[in-house]
Amino acid sequence: MSRVRVLVGTRKGAFVLTSDGARERWDVGGPLFGGWEIYHLKGSPADPDRLYASQSSGWFGQVIQRSNDGGKTWEAVGNKFVYDGVTGTHQWYDGTPHPWEFARVWHLEPSLTERDTVYAGVEDAALFRSTDGGQSWHELPGLRGHGSASSWQPGAGGMCLHTIVQDPSRPGRIFIAISSAGVFRSDDAGTTWRPVNRGLRSEGIPDPQAEVGHCVHRIAMHRSRPGVLFMQKHWDVMRSDDGGESWQEVSGNLPTDFGFPIDVHAHEPDTVYVVPIKSDSEHYPPEGKLRVYRSRTGGHEWEALTKGLPQSHCYVNVLRDAMAVDALDPCGVYFGTTGGQVYASANAGDSWAPIVRDLPAVVSVEVQTLP
Amino acid sequence: MIVRVVLPAHLRTLARVDAEVKVDVEGPVTTRAVLDALEAAHPMLRGTIRDQVTQQRRAFLRFFACEQDLSHDSPDAPLPAAVAMGAEPFLVVGAMAGG
Repeated sequence: MSRVRVLVGTRKGAFVLTSDGARERWDVGGPLFGGWEIYHLKGSPADPDRLYASQSSGWFGQVIQRSNDGGKTWEAVGNKFVYDGVTGTHQWYDGTPHPWEFARVWHLEPSLTERDTVYAGVEDAALFRSTDGGQSWHELPGLRGHGSASSWQPGAGGMCLHTIVQDPSRPGRIFIAISSAGVFRSDDAGTTWRPVNRGLRSEGIPDPQAEVGHCVHRIAMHRSRPGVLFMQKHWDVMRSDDGGESWQEVSGNLPTDFGFPIDVHAHEPDTVYVVPIKSDSEHYPPEGKLRVYRSRTGGHEWEALTKGLPQSHCYVNVLRDAMAVDALDPCGVYFGTTGGQVYASANAGDSWAPIVRDLPAVVSVEVQTLP
Repeated sequence: MIVRVVLPAHLRTLARVDAEVKVDVEGPVTTRAVLDALEAAHPMLRGTIRDQVTQQRRAFLRFFACEQDLSHDSPDAPLPAAVAMGAEPFLVVGAMAGG
Protein backbone atom coordinates (compact mmCIF):
# COMPACT_ATOMS: atom_id res chain seq x y z
CA MET A 1 0.00 0.00 0.00
CA SER A 2 1.32 3.44 -0.86
CA ARG A 3 2.48 5.87 1.80
CA VAL A 4 2.82 9.61 1.93
CA ARG A 5 5.51 11.71 3.54
CA VAL A 6 4.70 15.36 4.16
CA LEU A 7 7.73 17.62 4.57
CA VAL A 8 6.96 20.74 6.57
CA GLY A 9 9.27 23.74 6.92
CA THR A 10 8.53 26.15 9.75
CA ARG A 11 10.00 29.23 11.39
CA LYS A 12 11.53 27.03 14.08
CA GLY A 13 12.44 23.72 12.48
CA ALA A 14 11.30 20.99 10.12
CA PHE A 15 8.73 18.27 10.65
CA VAL A 16 8.12 15.05 8.75
CA LEU A 17 4.55 13.73 8.81
CA THR A 18 3.93 10.22 7.55
CA SER A 19 0.85 8.11 6.92
CA ASP A 20 -0.30 5.15 4.91
CA GLY A 21 -2.41 5.59 1.82
CA ALA A 22 -5.58 6.07 3.83
CA ARG A 23 -4.12 9.30 5.19
CA GLU A 24 -6.15 9.11 8.38
CA ARG A 25 -3.54 8.37 11.04
CA TRP A 26 -0.28 10.28 11.09
CA ASP A 27 3.10 9.98 12.71
CA VAL A 28 4.70 13.33 13.45
CA GLY A 29 8.48 13.49 13.40
CA GLY A 30 10.52 16.48 14.50
CA PRO A 31 11.44 19.13 15.12
CA LEU A 32 14.51 18.71 12.99
CA PHE A 33 16.98 21.59 13.08
CA GLY A 34 15.03 23.05 16.00
CA GLY A 35 15.20 26.80 16.35
CA TRP A 36 16.29 27.40 12.74
CA GLU A 37 14.09 28.74 9.96
CA ILE A 38 13.40 26.02 7.43
CA TYR A 39 12.23 27.83 4.33
CA HIS A 40 11.88 24.68 2.26
CA LEU A 41 12.64 21.00 2.09
CA LYS A 42 11.93 18.73 -0.82
CA GLY A 43 12.66 15.21 -2.04
CA SER A 44 14.24 14.17 -5.30
CA PRO A 45 11.79 12.69 -7.83
CA ALA A 46 14.66 10.49 -8.99
CA ASP A 47 15.32 9.09 -5.51
CA PRO A 48 12.62 9.78 -2.92
CA ASP A 49 14.99 9.06 -0.05
CA ARG A 50 17.21 11.92 -1.13
CA LEU A 51 15.92 15.07 0.58
CA TYR A 52 17.27 18.59 0.58
CA ALA A 53 16.53 21.25 3.21
CA SER A 54 17.24 24.96 3.43
CA GLN A 55 18.12 25.86 7.01
CA SER A 56 18.82 29.47 7.90
CA SER A 57 19.16 31.85 10.79
CA GLY A 58 19.65 35.55 11.30
CA TRP A 59 22.61 34.71 13.52
CA PHE A 60 24.34 31.94 11.60
CA GLY A 61 23.31 32.40 7.97
CA GLN A 62 22.55 29.65 5.49
CA VAL A 63 23.04 25.91 5.85
CA ILE A 64 21.95 23.25 3.35
CA GLN A 65 21.09 19.83 4.76
CA ARG A 66 20.82 16.61 2.82
CA SER A 67 19.34 13.24 3.74
CA ASN A 68 19.90 9.93 1.95
CA ASP A 69 17.39 7.95 3.99
CA GLY A 70 14.13 9.82 3.73
CA GLY A 71 14.85 12.20 6.57
CA LYS A 72 16.05 9.83 9.28
CA THR A 73 19.58 11.24 9.21
CA TRP A 74 20.97 14.43 7.73
CA GLU A 75 24.31 15.93 6.83
CA ALA A 76 25.23 19.54 6.24
CA VAL A 77 26.52 20.03 2.69
CA GLY A 78 27.72 23.09 0.81
CA ASN A 79 26.46 26.52 1.76
CA LYS A 80 28.70 28.77 -0.31
CA PHE A 81 26.45 30.82 -2.59
CA VAL A 82 28.57 33.31 -4.47
CA TYR A 83 27.15 35.40 -7.29
CA ASP A 84 28.94 34.87 -10.58
CA GLY A 85 31.04 37.71 -11.93
CA VAL A 86 30.28 41.37 -11.31
CA THR A 87 27.62 41.53 -8.61
CA GLY A 88 25.78 44.55 -9.99
CA THR A 89 22.83 46.34 -8.48
CA HIS A 90 19.07 46.09 -8.39
CA GLN A 91 16.61 48.72 -7.17
CA TRP A 92 16.11 49.12 -3.46
CA TYR A 93 12.71 49.89 -1.94
CA ASP A 94 13.35 53.62 -2.37
CA GLY A 95 14.36 53.21 -6.00
CA THR A 96 18.09 53.64 -5.44
CA PRO A 97 20.63 51.11 -6.76
CA HIS A 98 21.45 48.39 -4.24
CA PRO A 99 24.14 45.74 -4.63
CA TRP A 100 23.03 42.12 -4.80
CA GLU A 101 23.48 40.49 -1.38
CA PHE A 102 22.87 36.83 -0.62
CA ALA A 103 20.41 36.41 2.24
CA ARG A 104 18.98 32.89 2.12
CA VAL A 105 17.69 30.02 0.01
CA TRP A 106 13.93 30.24 -0.37
CA HIS A 107 13.32 27.19 -2.51
CA LEU A 108 15.12 23.97 -3.42
CA GLU A 109 13.96 22.19 -6.56
CA PRO A 110 15.56 18.80 -7.20
CA SER A 111 16.00 17.71 -10.80
CA LEU A 112 13.27 15.51 -12.21
CA THR A 113 15.83 12.92 -13.34
CA GLU A 114 19.16 13.32 -11.52
CA ARG A 115 19.25 12.84 -7.77
CA ASP A 116 22.44 14.86 -7.32
CA THR A 117 21.20 17.83 -9.32
CA VAL A 118 19.20 20.44 -7.46
CA TYR A 119 18.32 24.07 -8.09
CA ALA A 120 18.22 26.75 -5.41
CA GLY A 121 16.20 29.96 -5.66
CA VAL A 122 17.74 32.58 -3.44
CA GLU A 123 17.32 36.08 -2.04
CA ASP A 124 18.60 38.44 -3.47
CA ALA A 125 17.07 36.86 -6.53
CA ALA A 126 19.26 34.43 -8.41
CA LEU A 127 19.22 30.80 -9.48
CA PHE A 128 21.94 28.40 -8.38
CA ARG A 129 22.49 24.77 -9.33
CA SER A 130 24.38 21.95 -7.73
CA THR A 131 25.26 18.77 -9.63
CA ASP A 132 27.00 17.05 -6.71
CA GLY A 133 24.18 16.65 -4.26
CA GLY A 134 24.48 20.11 -2.76
CA GLN A 135 28.19 20.02 -2.01
CA SER A 136 28.93 22.93 -4.35
CA TRP A 137 26.72 25.59 -5.88
CA HIS A 138 27.12 27.62 -9.05
CA GLU A 139 24.98 30.49 -10.20
CA LEU A 140 23.23 30.31 -13.56
CA PRO A 141 24.20 33.90 -14.31
CA GLY A 142 22.14 34.39 -17.44
CA LEU A 143 19.07 35.14 -15.34
CA ARG A 144 20.60 37.91 -13.25
CA GLY A 145 22.43 39.04 -16.36
CA HIS A 146 19.15 39.76 -18.11
CA GLY A 147 19.00 43.39 -19.18
CA SER A 148 16.12 44.15 -16.87
CA ALA A 149 17.86 43.00 -13.67
CA SER A 150 18.98 46.43 -12.56
CA SER A 151 15.31 47.45 -12.43
CA TRP A 152 14.11 44.53 -10.27
CA GLN A 153 12.81 45.53 -6.85
CA PRO A 154 12.16 43.53 -3.69
CA GLY A 155 8.69 42.76 -2.45
CA ALA A 156 7.83 43.08 1.22
CA GLY A 157 9.47 39.73 1.93
CA GLY A 158 12.68 40.56 0.12
CA MET A 159 13.75 40.11 -3.48
CA CYS A 160 13.40 36.37 -3.62
CA LEU A 161 13.42 33.75 -6.34
CA HIS A 162 10.76 31.53 -4.82
CA THR A 163 9.41 29.30 -7.59
CA ILE A 164 11.22 26.90 -9.92
CA VAL A 165 9.17 24.76 -12.32
CA GLN A 166 10.76 22.23 -14.69
CA ASP A 167 8.97 21.13 -17.83
CA PRO A 168 8.96 17.32 -17.77
CA SER A 169 8.29 17.00 -21.48
CA ARG A 170 10.93 19.41 -22.66
CA PRO A 171 14.34 19.03 -21.02
CA GLY A 172 15.98 22.40 -20.66
CA ARG A 173 12.78 24.38 -20.20
CA ILE A 174 12.61 25.96 -16.76
CA PHE A 175 10.29 28.61 -15.38
CA ILE A 176 11.20 30.71 -12.37
CA ALA A 177 9.34 33.47 -10.55
CA ILE A 178 10.73 36.40 -8.62
CA SER A 179 9.02 38.84 -6.30
CA SER A 180 8.84 41.45 -7.68
CA ALA A 181 10.15 40.90 -11.17
CA GLY A 182 7.79 38.28 -12.53
CA VAL A 183 8.15 35.03 -14.45
CA PHE A 184 11.18 34.18 -16.59
CA ARG A 185 11.62 31.20 -18.87
CA SER A 186 14.71 29.43 -20.09
CA ASP A 187 14.64 26.95 -22.97
CA ASP A 188 18.34 26.06 -22.75
CA ALA A 189 18.67 24.64 -19.24
CA GLY A 190 19.17 28.00 -17.59
CA THR A 191 21.76 29.58 -19.84
CA THR A 192 19.55 32.34 -21.24
CA TRP A 193 16.26 33.73 -19.96
CA ARG A 194 13.48 35.98 -21.06
CA PRO A 195 10.55 37.45 -19.16
CA VAL A 196 7.16 35.87 -19.90
CA ASN A 197 4.70 38.25 -18.30
CA ARG A 198 2.52 39.43 -21.20
CA GLY A 199 -1.04 39.79 -20.02
CA LEU A 200 -0.20 40.51 -16.40
CA ARG A 201 -1.56 43.76 -15.07
CA SER A 202 -0.33 45.21 -11.78
CA GLU A 203 -1.66 48.54 -10.61
CA GLY A 204 1.18 49.02 -8.13
CA ILE A 205 3.86 49.68 -10.76
CA PRO A 206 4.25 52.72 -13.03
CA ASP A 207 3.36 50.79 -16.19
CA PRO A 208 0.74 48.23 -15.12
CA GLN A 209 1.55 46.04 -18.14
CA ALA A 210 5.33 46.30 -17.96
CA GLU A 211 7.46 43.45 -19.23
CA VAL A 212 8.96 42.97 -15.75
CA GLY A 213 8.16 44.22 -12.27
CA HIS A 214 5.15 42.06 -11.38
CA CYS A 215 4.81 40.51 -7.96
CA VAL A 216 4.16 36.91 -8.95
CA HIS A 217 3.54 34.81 -5.86
CA ARG A 218 3.47 31.32 -7.31
CA ILE A 219 3.11 29.36 -10.55
CA ALA A 220 2.02 25.75 -10.97
CA MET A 221 1.96 23.22 -13.80
CA HIS A 222 0.40 19.81 -14.33
CA ARG A 223 3.07 17.47 -15.61
CA SER A 224 0.77 15.94 -18.25
CA ARG A 225 0.11 19.33 -19.79
CA PRO A 226 3.20 21.47 -19.31
CA GLY A 227 2.14 24.17 -21.74
CA VAL A 228 -0.55 25.29 -19.32
CA LEU A 229 0.52 27.30 -16.30
CA PHE A 230 -1.49 28.71 -13.44
CA MET A 231 -0.38 31.71 -11.43
CA GLN A 232 -1.33 33.33 -8.17
CA LYS A 233 -0.15 36.89 -8.61
CA HIS A 234 -0.12 39.41 -5.76
CA TRP A 235 -3.61 40.24 -6.98
CA ASP A 236 -5.19 38.12 -9.73
CA VAL A 237 -5.23 34.42 -10.52
CA MET A 238 -3.92 33.90 -14.04
CA ARG A 239 -3.58 31.16 -16.64
CA SER A 240 -1.32 30.67 -19.61
CA ASP A 241 -2.05 28.17 -22.39
CA ASP A 242 1.14 28.78 -24.32
CA GLY A 243 4.01 28.18 -21.94
CA GLY A 244 3.89 31.64 -20.45
CA GLU A 245 3.86 33.58 -23.74
CA SER A 246 0.58 35.18 -22.69
CA TRP A 247 -1.61 35.17 -19.61
CA GLN A 248 -5.33 35.61 -19.03
CA GLU A 249 -7.04 36.35 -15.76
CA VAL A 250 -9.16 33.47 -14.40
CA SER A 251 -10.07 34.90 -10.98
CA GLY A 252 -13.76 34.58 -11.85
CA ASN A 253 -16.01 34.38 -8.77
CA LEU A 254 -13.28 34.21 -6.12
CA PRO A 255 -14.15 36.34 -3.06
CA THR A 256 -10.72 37.98 -3.41
CA ASP A 257 -8.01 37.22 -5.90
CA PHE A 258 -5.14 38.03 -3.54
CA GLY A 259 -3.29 35.04 -2.15
CA PHE A 260 -0.05 33.13 -2.17
CA PRO A 261 -0.14 29.42 -3.12
CA ILE A 262 -1.67 27.76 -6.15
CA ASP A 263 -1.54 24.09 -7.04
CA VAL A 264 -2.99 21.60 -9.52
CA HIS A 265 -4.74 18.28 -8.83
CA ALA A 266 -2.45 15.30 -9.46
CA HIS A 267 -4.77 13.64 -12.00
CA GLU A 268 -7.04 16.41 -13.28
CA PRO A 269 -5.06 19.14 -15.03
CA ASP A 270 -7.99 21.55 -14.98
CA THR A 271 -8.59 21.22 -11.24
CA VAL A 272 -6.79 24.04 -9.45
CA TYR A 273 -6.59 25.13 -5.81
CA VAL A 274 -6.02 28.56 -4.26
CA VAL A 275 -6.48 30.07 -0.80
CA PRO A 276 -7.96 33.56 -1.12
CA ILE A 277 -6.60 36.09 1.37
CA LYS A 278 -8.44 39.31 2.11
CA SER A 279 -5.80 41.78 0.91
CA ASP A 280 -2.14 42.61 0.79
CA SER A 281 -2.47 44.71 3.92
CA GLU A 282 -4.59 42.14 5.78
CA HIS A 283 -2.88 38.82 5.41
CA TYR A 284 -5.78 36.66 6.61
CA PRO A 285 -8.82 35.02 5.05
CA PRO A 286 -11.92 37.09 4.28
CA GLU A 287 -14.58 37.01 7.01
CA GLY A 288 -12.29 34.98 9.28
CA LYS A 289 -13.22 31.85 7.26
CA LEU A 290 -10.42 29.62 6.07
CA ARG A 291 -11.53 28.43 2.66
CA VAL A 292 -9.67 26.65 -0.08
CA TYR A 293 -11.20 27.39 -3.47
CA ARG A 294 -11.23 24.77 -6.19
CA SER A 295 -11.86 25.23 -9.85
CA ARG A 296 -12.64 22.16 -11.94
CA THR A 297 -12.67 24.21 -15.12
CA GLY A 298 -9.14 25.55 -15.17
CA GLY A 299 -10.22 28.82 -13.62
CA HIS A 300 -13.10 31.31 -13.83
CA GLU A 301 -15.53 29.12 -11.84
CA TRP A 302 -14.51 28.43 -8.25
CA GLU A 303 -16.17 26.61 -5.36
CA ALA A 304 -15.40 27.10 -1.68
CA LEU A 305 -14.10 24.04 0.18
CA THR A 306 -14.90 24.47 3.86
CA LYS A 307 -15.69 21.09 5.42
CA GLY A 308 -13.32 20.61 8.35
CA LEU A 309 -11.75 24.05 8.06
CA PRO A 310 -12.39 26.81 10.64
CA GLN A 311 -15.27 29.02 9.50
CA SER A 312 -15.05 31.67 12.20
CA HIS A 313 -12.35 33.72 13.89
CA CYS A 314 -9.59 32.37 11.68
CA TYR A 315 -6.86 34.89 10.86
CA VAL A 316 -3.96 32.82 9.63
CA ASN A 317 -2.16 33.10 6.31
CA VAL A 318 -1.04 30.38 3.91
CA LEU A 319 2.35 31.18 2.39
CA ARG A 320 3.35 30.60 -1.22
CA ASP A 321 5.28 27.36 -0.73
CA ALA A 322 2.86 25.91 1.83
CA MET A 323 0.52 23.87 -0.40
CA ALA A 324 1.11 20.55 -2.13
CA VAL A 325 -0.71 17.55 -3.59
CA ASP A 326 0.06 13.84 -3.42
CA ALA A 327 -0.25 11.42 -6.33
CA LEU A 328 -2.72 8.97 -4.77
CA ASP A 329 -6.25 8.41 -5.99
CA PRO A 330 -8.21 10.26 -4.74
CA CYS A 331 -5.69 13.06 -4.81
CA GLY A 332 -4.56 14.35 -1.42
CA VAL A 333 -4.22 18.09 -0.89
CA TYR A 334 -2.19 19.63 1.94
CA PHE A 335 -1.50 23.10 3.23
CA GLY A 336 0.09 24.73 6.24
CA THR A 337 -0.73 27.99 7.96
CA THR A 338 1.13 30.71 9.77
CA GLY A 339 -0.81 29.55 12.83
CA GLY A 340 1.00 26.22 12.77
CA GLN A 341 -1.76 23.99 11.44
CA VAL A 342 -1.17 21.51 8.64
CA TYR A 343 -4.45 20.48 7.03
CA ALA A 344 -4.89 17.45 4.81
CA SER A 345 -7.65 16.35 2.51
CA ALA A 346 -7.67 12.75 1.27
CA ASN A 347 -10.50 13.45 -1.17
CA ALA A 348 -9.28 16.24 -3.42
CA GLY A 349 -10.46 18.95 -1.05
CA ASP A 350 -14.01 17.83 -0.32
CA SER A 351 -13.20 17.59 3.40
CA TRP A 352 -10.22 18.48 5.56
CA ALA A 353 -8.69 17.54 8.89
CA PRO A 354 -5.65 18.89 10.68
CA ILE A 355 -2.65 16.58 10.85
CA VAL A 356 -1.12 18.87 13.47
CA ARG A 357 -2.44 22.07 15.00
CA ASP A 358 0.34 23.74 16.93
CA LEU A 359 3.57 23.81 14.96
CA PRO A 360 5.57 27.00 14.56
CA ALA A 361 4.43 29.15 11.65
CA VAL A 362 4.50 26.98 8.53
CA VAL A 363 6.58 28.28 5.64
CA SER A 364 6.51 25.32 3.26
CA VAL A 365 4.73 22.02 2.65
CA GLU A 366 5.83 19.34 0.21
CA VAL A 367 4.45 15.84 -0.22
CA GLN A 368 6.08 12.65 -1.41
CA THR A 369 4.02 9.67 -2.55
CA LEU A 370 5.95 6.53 -1.73
CA PRO A 371 5.45 2.92 -2.81
CA MET B 1 48.77 25.00 20.44
CA ILE B 2 45.53 23.50 21.64
CA VAL B 3 42.87 26.21 21.91
CA ARG B 4 39.55 25.72 23.64
CA VAL B 5 36.52 27.13 21.78
CA VAL B 6 33.02 27.52 23.19
CA LEU B 7 30.25 27.69 20.58
CA PRO B 8 26.61 28.79 20.80
CA ALA B 9 24.16 25.94 21.27
CA HIS B 10 22.90 25.94 17.68
CA LEU B 11 26.42 25.64 16.28
CA ARG B 12 27.26 22.85 18.74
CA THR B 13 24.25 20.98 17.40
CA LEU B 14 25.23 21.67 13.81
CA ALA B 15 28.82 20.53 14.41
CA ARG B 16 27.66 17.60 16.56
CA VAL B 17 29.95 18.53 19.44
CA ASP B 18 29.43 18.92 23.16
CA ALA B 19 30.56 21.70 25.44
CA GLU B 20 34.01 22.89 24.43
CA VAL B 21 35.79 22.15 21.17
CA LYS B 22 39.54 21.80 21.20
CA VAL B 23 41.37 22.85 18.05
CA ASP B 24 45.01 22.56 17.17
CA VAL B 25 46.33 25.91 15.99
CA GLU B 26 49.66 26.12 14.22
CA GLY B 27 51.61 29.34 14.41
CA PRO B 28 50.42 32.54 16.08
CA VAL B 29 47.10 32.13 17.90
CA THR B 30 44.80 34.71 16.36
CA THR B 31 41.06 34.85 15.79
CA ARG B 32 41.61 33.99 12.14
CA ALA B 33 43.86 31.03 12.98
CA VAL B 34 41.41 29.69 15.56
CA LEU B 35 38.46 29.95 13.17
CA ASP B 36 40.49 28.43 10.32
CA ALA B 37 41.31 25.45 12.53
CA LEU B 38 37.74 25.20 13.77
CA GLU B 39 36.33 25.19 10.23
CA ALA B 40 38.91 22.69 9.03
CA ALA B 41 37.90 20.30 11.79
CA HIS B 42 34.17 21.01 11.39
CA PRO B 43 33.47 22.07 7.78
CA MET B 44 29.76 22.44 8.43
CA LEU B 45 30.59 25.60 10.42
CA ARG B 46 31.91 27.38 7.34
CA GLY B 47 29.83 30.46 6.71
CA THR B 48 28.04 30.33 10.04
CA ILE B 49 30.51 32.41 12.05
CA ARG B 50 32.07 34.54 9.31
CA ASP B 51 31.10 35.21 5.73
CA GLN B 52 32.59 32.67 3.34
CA VAL B 53 33.77 35.31 0.88
CA THR B 54 34.60 38.40 2.92
CA GLN B 55 35.60 36.50 6.07
CA GLN B 56 33.80 39.20 8.05
CA ARG B 57 32.29 38.18 11.39
CA ARG B 58 28.54 37.65 11.10
CA ALA B 59 26.77 40.67 12.53
CA PHE B 60 24.96 38.93 15.38
CA LEU B 61 27.99 37.09 16.72
CA ARG B 62 30.70 38.27 19.10
CA PHE B 63 34.10 36.93 20.13
CA PHE B 64 34.91 37.07 23.85
CA ALA B 65 37.87 35.82 25.88
CA CYS B 66 39.31 36.58 29.28
CA GLU B 67 36.33 38.86 29.99
CA GLN B 68 37.18 41.02 26.97
CA ASP B 69 35.16 41.70 23.82
CA LEU B 70 37.59 40.95 21.00
CA SER B 71 34.99 41.27 18.24
CA HIS B 72 36.36 44.47 16.82
CA ASP B 73 40.03 43.56 17.06
CA SER B 74 41.91 42.63 13.95
CA PRO B 75 41.44 38.94 13.11
CA ASP B 76 45.20 38.78 12.89
CA ALA B 77 45.87 40.24 16.34
CA PRO B 78 47.31 37.77 18.87
CA LEU B 79 44.71 36.41 21.27
CA PRO B 80 45.41 36.64 25.01
CA ALA B 81 48.15 34.31 26.21
CA ALA B 82 45.69 32.46 28.44
CA VAL B 83 43.70 31.50 25.33
CA ALA B 84 46.82 30.47 23.44
CA MET B 85 47.91 28.28 26.35
CA GLY B 86 44.47 26.71 26.73
CA ALA B 87 43.90 28.15 30.19
CA GLU B 88 40.90 30.19 29.02
CA PRO B 89 38.43 29.44 26.21
CA PHE B 90 37.72 31.52 23.12
CA LEU B 91 34.00 32.20 23.18
CA VAL B 92 31.80 32.57 20.07
CA VAL B 93 28.68 34.24 21.41
CA GLY B 94 25.35 34.73 19.69
CA ALA B 95 23.68 38.08 20.35
CA MET B 96 20.82 37.76 22.80
CA ALA B 97 17.60 38.71 21.06
CA GLY B 98 14.00 37.71 20.88
CA GLY B 99 12.48 39.63 23.78
